[in-house]
Amino acid sequence: MSALLTLSGVETHIAQYHILHGVDLAVAQGQTTMLLGRNGAGKTTTLRTIMGLWRASKGEIVLGGERIEALRTPDIARAGIGYVPETMAVFSDLTVKENLVLAARDGAMDDTRLEWIFGFFPPLKKFWLSRAGTLSGGQKQMLSFARAFIEERKLLLIDEPTKGLAPAIIGALVECLKEVKRRGATILLVEQNFRVAQEIGDSVGVMDNGRVVHSGTMAALAADEALQHKLLGLSLDTHQ
Amino acid sequence: MMPLSGDPPRSKILTVAVLVIVTALALAPFLFPGSKPLNVAAKICIFIALAASYDLLLGYTGVVSFAHTMFYGIGSYGIAIALHGMGASWGALALGLVIALPLAALLALIIGLFSLRVQTIFFAMITLAVASAFLVLASQLSWLTGGEDGRSFNLPDLLLSRTVFGNLFGTRITGNTLLYYVIFVGCALLFLLLLRVVNSPFGRVLQAIRENPFRAEALGYRTVIHRTLANCIAAAVAASAGALNATWLRYTGPDTSLSFAIMLDILLIVVIGGMGTMWGAIIGATLFILAQNYLQALMGVVSTSASDAGLPILPQLFHPDRWLLWLGILFIASVYFFPTGIVGKLRGAK
Amino acid sequence: MSATDNAASPGAALPKVRADYLPLLLPLLLAVAAYPFIPSTSTWVTLTIAGLAMGMMIFVMASGLTLIFGLMDVLNFGHGAFIAIGAYMAVLVLVPLSGWMQADSLWLNLAAIVPAVLLAVGVTGALGLAFERIVIAPVYGQHLKQILITMGGMIVAEELLKAFFGPQQISLPLPASWRGSFLIGEAAVEKYRVVATLVGLAVYVTMLLILNRTKIGLLIRAGVENTEMVEALGYRITRLFVGVFMVGSALAGLGGVMWGLYREQVNAAMGGELIVLVFIVVIIGGLGSVTGCFIGALLVALLTNYAGFLVPKVSLIADIMLMVAILLWRPRGLYPVTSR
Repeated sequence: MSALLTLSGVETHIAQYHILHGVDLAVAQGQTTMLLGRNGAGKTTTLRTIMGLWRASKGEIVLGGERIEALRTPDIARAGIGYVPETMAVFSDLTVKENLVLAARDGAMDDTRLEWIFGFFPPLKKFWLSRAGTLSGGQKQMLSFARAFIEERKLLLIDEPTKGLAPAIIGALVECLKEVKRRGATILLVEQNFRVAQEIGDSVGVMDNGRVVHSGTMAALAADEALQHKLLGLSLDTHQ
Repeated sequence: MMPLSGDPPRSKILTVAVLVIVTALALAPFLFPGSKPLNVAAKICIFIALAASYDLLLGYTGVVSFAHTMFYGIGSYGIAIALHGMGASWGALALGLVIALPLAALLALIIGLFSLRVQTIFFAMITLAVASAFLVLASQLSWLTGGEDGRSFNLPDLLLSRTVFGNLFGTRITGNTLLYYVIFVGCALLFLLLLRVVNSPFGRVLQAIRENPFRAEALGYRTVIHRTLANCIAAAVAASAGALNATWLRYTGPDTSLSFAIMLDILLIVVIGGMGTMWGAIIGATLFILAQNYLQALMGVVSTSASDAGLPILPQLFHPDRWLLWLGILFIASVYFFPTGIVGKLRGAK
Repeated sequence: MSATDNAASPGAALPKVRADYLPLLLPLLLAVAAYPFIPSTSTWVTLTIAGLAMGMMIFVMASGLTLIFGLMDVLNFGHGAFIAIGAYMAVLVLVPLSGWMQADSLWLNLAAIVPAVLLAVGVTGALGLAFERIVIAPVYGQHLKQILITMGGMIVAEELLKAFFGPQQISLPLPASWRGSFLIGEAAVEKYRVVATLVGLAVYVTMLLILNRTKIGLLIRAGVENTEMVEALGYRITRLFVGVFMVGSALAGLGGVMWGLYREQVNAAMGGELIVLVFIVVIIGGLGSVTGCFIGALLVALLTNYAGFLVPKVSLIADIMLMVAILLWRPRGLYPVTSR
């Protein structure tokens, strides 16, 4: 399976802080790669660097054969990336509809696709014309997801989608991700919740101190409790 | 290096320049006879202190405030009102200081605490509005401040020029001379005080806050308290400078102490001299005041010769009243091209 | 899909209706509150209408600034320069055409005014473009330098105006058809104030329409909240910045023309004088909010007129106290929009 996205030796500095110390990562086409690690390991920074929100000071990022590390964020997004940030970043002053109109870029929204999204996330239909700021946390996350799925994207970058959400919502998000996977999407997913990671991850990369210290299949990691404990400081029973 | 609090100029050229300036100022009554040069020298001393106090705010704490002249004005008016109301006595001088300095610090405290509740971005704009309001207040409360005309007053005999002490090196030493040295020593002490403050642990925290406020907060420093304290110190020094200014001029009015032009002057001095250096205040103030007094004459010459030559627009551009135009351009250029100011350039090119 | 969608608030499925209409009522409340203090109803009417007109003019000047700050995170302390330049451009047209201005025909008057406004708006818009690209772009994200540089720009602009036009004020008489007043009952309502109010309302309505009904407006509103996310959605929003800056500067120029006619004179320092009020309005309204700016402008103008009538010359202090009061109530202004 070929890699859609590769990072080689990527380093990122923010002000005087050296956050990424040489990240090597490959995201295979059509697979879901989990990016795991303790807090502060550099997972969010990695995603932001891919998106160009922070400039990599060294290294290469290749998407579908094209080098993107020197591109500006809008161009990286248009290269075919859908981004769901940790902060959700829904536009509170805009309605749910307007948020999605923006996400659909230049085209009109595809009705079938919209119905599909409503199927997973009914509140979005219910609050279609309400300002996004009035939505609850879980509903905002649904909106953030919807923005990434409103159009077909080559790659989805998703940062801690289940943080702070109730199990029912998490369930809906996971179902949505599974369906997206079935349709052949390529996903790079940062997640602290190991159970969720297990359910949808095909490959896994574990980060620590700004580097990827382990990569392999999800199945292998899930089977190896000792390895889990060593890398993530947890075992299957004690995850969130 | 105790008196300099361990913060020397750190550049040969700068050291020489500072020595020349300080010596010239110290010996001004002897080196430059005549009232105008002595006026210029006194103004330089006062503006050094005033600019240095603003550098504490702008350069070290990273706070942009347009209300600084307000504190300068409080010091000036404190002296003026006291001496006008109580007559020319030492008691009045003391009273003026005792009221003005704490008042300035208190006002700085209030402004600082208020900035707790608002975005820091608002702060600069709010200080602009407050300073404008204060100016209006000063010109409207004429019963107290003398309104637009300001307040003239007299000083104790000892400080007046009619009191003659004798001759020294061919120069008459009068009360005025004594007054000049009061100004000189006062401003020198204020400057050294500020140098002490910025090199103390407190000063280092200020710089940390300026570099990265979030990190400073994370490290446990209450940034608002430090900023407010810096504001208060700067305000007190500015008020002291204002008091000295009023004493020298024996007059205070909205134009000599509160006008926005003065605020701009200080801003220009600190930026061109070098933000966050303290020594920049000395270089900047000297260059600025000298230019203000002597460059304008030069501009006048250029302007008249341009208009004699029949050239368009040049006479107006070089008219001495337009000297702020060129200073403004220099100011913009210095923010872009030498943001560390003259001092920074000198230090960098060691 | 269960109704519980947030662990913290089970069963909270209905969105809260954020009917934040209270700020909209404030100008009305102020006008009503001032009524008992004003000796006669007709005076109150005159003052209120003067306040409305002045509010509209200040709104026109301030709206550009609040959008520029909200969207671009740029503090333009030189905004006042565009106000003054706009006014002076109008002078360039209206002084030679004073014959048309003084003629009794509305059409002749307009034939002079329309080119004046077009020139003012065109020049300030173009200067805005140049200013943004040359002066401001190098210092994006550095607030301190922005304040200093734009302040410097303001000084230079004012001095250049004095150099080119002379330091004395220039009179700019109202056109004949806008001179004089109507009578509403016993209250005299100046014609020009009505004109200014209509223009201001037109600007406000147009801005709201653009912001709420067009894709560009959508981008601006989203960008004011979170520029990063808009870029992450694939929009090169920095290209929009220049446009917004131009429009904001052009609006300042329009405001300058309106104000110059209102006072029937222009002088180089007018920008600096008005910018204080503009800042107060922008702060009260909340950075990035056009409606907040509108309300703030009305409040400040009404208060300036009422206070100016009751206790002349300290109206600025009253305005500042209003600002302090509102900030104590809502520290980020009436309608905080930006996520900063």
